[in-house]
Amino acid sequence: MSKIRFSRRDVLRASAAIGALVSPAVTSVRPVRAQARAAAAEPITPALVEAARKEGKLAFYTAMDLPIAEKFAKTFEAKFPGIAVRVERSGAERVFQRIGQEMESRIYAVDVVNSADGAHFIVWTRNNWLAPYLPEEVARHYPAQYYDPDGLWVTTRVWLSSLGYNTNLVKPEDAPRSFADLLDPRWMGKMVKGHPAYSGTIMTATFQIVREFGWPYLEKLAKQRVMQVQSSTDPPKKLALGERAVMADGNDYNLIQLKEAGQPVEVVYPTEGTPLVTGPSAVFKSAPNPNAARLFQNWLHSLEAQQLLVDFARQHSVHPLTKEKPGARRLDEIKLWKDDPAGVEKSSEEIKTRYAQIFRV
Amino acid sequence: MTIALPALGVPRKHKIDLSWPILVLFAALLCVLIILPMSWLVYYSLVDRSGAFTLDNFKTLVTDPVFVDPLMTTLILATSSSIICCVFAAPMGWLVARTDIPLRRTVRALVTASFVTPPFLGAIAWELLAAPNSGLLNKIYRAVTGTPQDEHIFNIYSLGGLIFVISCYTFPYVFVLLANALDRIPGDLEDASSILGGRTWTTARRITIPLALPALLAGALVAFLQAMTLFGSPAILAIPAGFHTMTTKIWSLFNYPPKAELAAAASVPLLVLTVVLLRAEHFILGRRGYSVVGGKQGDPRLIRLGAFKWVALAFVFVILMCPVFLPYGALLNATFSRVATSFVTFENFTLHNIHFVFFELSATKLAVKNTFLLGVASATIGTIMAVVIAYVTTRRAIRGYRALGFLATAPVAIPGIVLGVGLFLSYARPPLVLYGTLWILLIAFVTIALPAAYQQLQSAFRSVHTDLEDASRILGSTRLRTLRDITAPLLRTSVIATWCFIFVGVIRELSAAIMLFTSETKVISVLIFDLNESGDLGAIAVLGLIMLVITFAVVIAVNRIPGFGDARLRNT
Repeated sequence: MSKIRFSRRDVLRASAAIGALVSPAVTSVRPVRAQARAAAAEPITPALVEAARKEGKLAFYTAMDLPIAEKFAKTFEAKFPGIAVRVERSGAERVFQRIGQEMESRIYAVDVVNSADGAHFIVWTRNNWLAPYLPEEVARHYPAQYYDPDGLWVTTRVWLSSLGYNTNLVKPEDAPRSFADLLDPRWMGKMVKGHPAYSGTIMTATFQIVREFGWPYLEKLAKQRVMQVQSSTDPPKKLALGERAVMADGNDYNLIQLKEAGQPVEVVYPTEGTPLVTGPSAVFKSAPNPNAARLFQNWLHSLEAQQLLVDFARQHSVHPLTKEKPGARRLDEIKLWKDDPAGVEKSSEEIKTRYAQIFRV
Repeated sequence: MTIALPALGVPRKHKIDLSWPILVLFAALLCVLIILPMSWLVYYSLVDRSGAFTLDNFKTLVTDPVFVDPLMTTLILATSSSIICCVFAAPMGWLVARTDIPLRRTVRALVTASFVTPPFLGAIAWELLAAPNSGLLNKIYRAVTGTPQDEHIFNIYSLGGLIFVISCYTFPYVFVLLANALDRIPGDLEDASSILGGRTWTTARRITIPLALPALLAGALVAFLQAMTLFGSPAILAIPAGFHTMTTKIWSLFNYPPKAELAAAASVPLLVLTVVLLRAEHFILGRRGYSVVGGKQGDPRLIRLGAFKWVALAFVFVILMCPVFLPYGALLNATFSRVATSFVTFENFTLHNIHFVFFELSATKLAVKNTFLLGVASATIGTIMAVVIAYVTTRRAIRGYRALGFLATAPVAIPGIVLGVGLFLSYARPPLVLYGTLWILLIAFVTIALPAAYQQLQSAFRSVHTDLEDASRILGSTRLRTLRDITAPLLRTSVIATWCFIFVGVIRELSAAIMLFTSETKVISVLIFDLNESGDLGAIAVLGLIMLVITFAVVIAVNRIPGFGDARLRNT
């Protein structure tokens, strides 16, 4: 288990520190190109906007929670009138499958993709499906480990797969504090969790849990009669409904959103460490609306969109100029586990198979 | 019988009879619809990934508990649902058809409403009602009895819950088959029994029930098949509970990396079971089908229930609570509530869900458009095909009509998800890539709808005597002209009913669509399923209600078109 301590408190340093956790695994896949930081950084030019407006639309495939994705879409549409964004939202693993199926049938529908599983970008890069495009603001501000030097992908968002509980059903002093606590018989039949064959967040979290504890932990958890939902965005919502008292995984950003909206939910970052998830975005080479795609990718990583990510979506931005709400929990205050897209890429099939055996669905 | 004009040696040079080319075209079309996908399905089930012949897929199927368990679950599920449907639909059908129970038309309309409700929407509504902790009914129970938080009386996430929900939306099939059969039993036979001294109940026991039994058995089989092949409800309720049925298992095999061979193999048992059961139905009905229809007959005799009729009405409405009143109420509540499973109050009333679906959700417009387009196109094409094939087979217009009739009936043996797998395997790769277009969905929907549409129209054609057609032909019309000018107007009501039937079927279809959609060819049912996976219940409630409104509006509108008569939607 990796123990990371942050001494500096400023946001910029904190986010740079997460960077150390995130991207080397991805970049190391292509060491040859790593030296050539060649891609010319592209600003949003009037010519690009005009070309994008001529296309008039784009398809944004994403794994982020639907209302958040639609918020980005609507904000973009307001800023660049005449370009309609169609959000195609599903779990990251399902998005990955859908894109694979469509490409195999030579259906070129996806313009921009935002996933919750960095491993997908390794596969797409290997397949030579991604278009190099480096937004100027990314090149200028983003720490180097957060984007591909050729601009094949950029890290759009960072969040955690935390635990959580419903405050009406569980007293704070009784709430689970760690992964180990979840195995307590008192949570039998009272937990909900997402599915790694659907959700990239859960895939990443499951990989990290297996890495830290091994499969026996999940075998014990499966005996707790856990309610199995699909998306990592669903366990927080099931907590808010009061359908289950505790979530065994899911995401922290929906919980924070719900809590701020007055719902009876609370986030728990487990004492052993919390799985860290990164969600990169990319433009597809085969994009049917290449200019609108580039414009959207550029805007999505601008300070405006990234501040929206922090303020509305309650996720963490790697853009150093974004400002977190006062009083909000910062990443450097949480014990984080390291993410490892290359590791996930190697074991995702095994994780899906073994998970289905253990949890029976 | 067959028109014998050519045999008379009258040359008809002035007009070309288009019927032959059209019939050949239809036969070819049916092959593309049915034979090709099923051949690919069988082929894939017999090869490994490299394409070499193997029986391993089937070996895995019968030995690996990952497949055996869902198969057993599916059998338990289908048998229980079938029994429950009969137990509740039979008395209801009898009450409505043969007694003087009040509000009979209303009851029939409500059964139609439960038929029109997509089963997956019903399943989601029942999540809102009977999830163990957040379900509205459990909340009421706890509030009334004061039991602690963990207690519940209903748990929808269980095999029992799934059986219940499936029964809710399968019982209309049994009800309609039985009520129609009871409608047709002539009063004469019962009168005879009464005259000979049989009392009301004796007559019911000795005459009515035996005559209705074949319809009940047929209903039981249809219910079994429906429950076995349903995808949406198990996907929504079984997976959270931690078990699979065959349909959800087949679907999960398409998760990355797709295991098409295993999915094809897993589809085969469903296919075989369906064929066997349909043969069994045919056998039973073939032997016990009393010829009570035809000739002059007395109207069915209504049994007077007296004061008991209010008890009967209460019984019927309690049953109808489950598929109609409670779920619709739960969806309405979720539409206007900030939290889907909280009762609407002044504090948590919101229009946010409606705003979200109409103004933020970018998939809404496309999905509604696709659904509407596919519904209208499938209903129109399906009805035309069914009319032509029914005409050809009832009038024995050409040689080979039997084959055409068989091909039109065959898809009844293909569960939606199996057809989805077959079509995906056939049309997702070159030479013919239809995957990614609305065409592949159109093919699926027409194929699924064809058997029932064909059977409806076939019986309609049988009721129109050939004299009128023959007269038209003798006066020199072509077969098509006769069809248009003579037969079609006589069949208007049935044709409209068939059109509506297909339209409704398309709107509620999920199992084939889930295998065949792409991001640009999404339909509302798939969108709702997507939203359920991410837990966006408020948006589902709004979309579900939109779906129901579209369905009811189209059905009512089509029935109101001037000159189209007042055809009413029939369930069969």
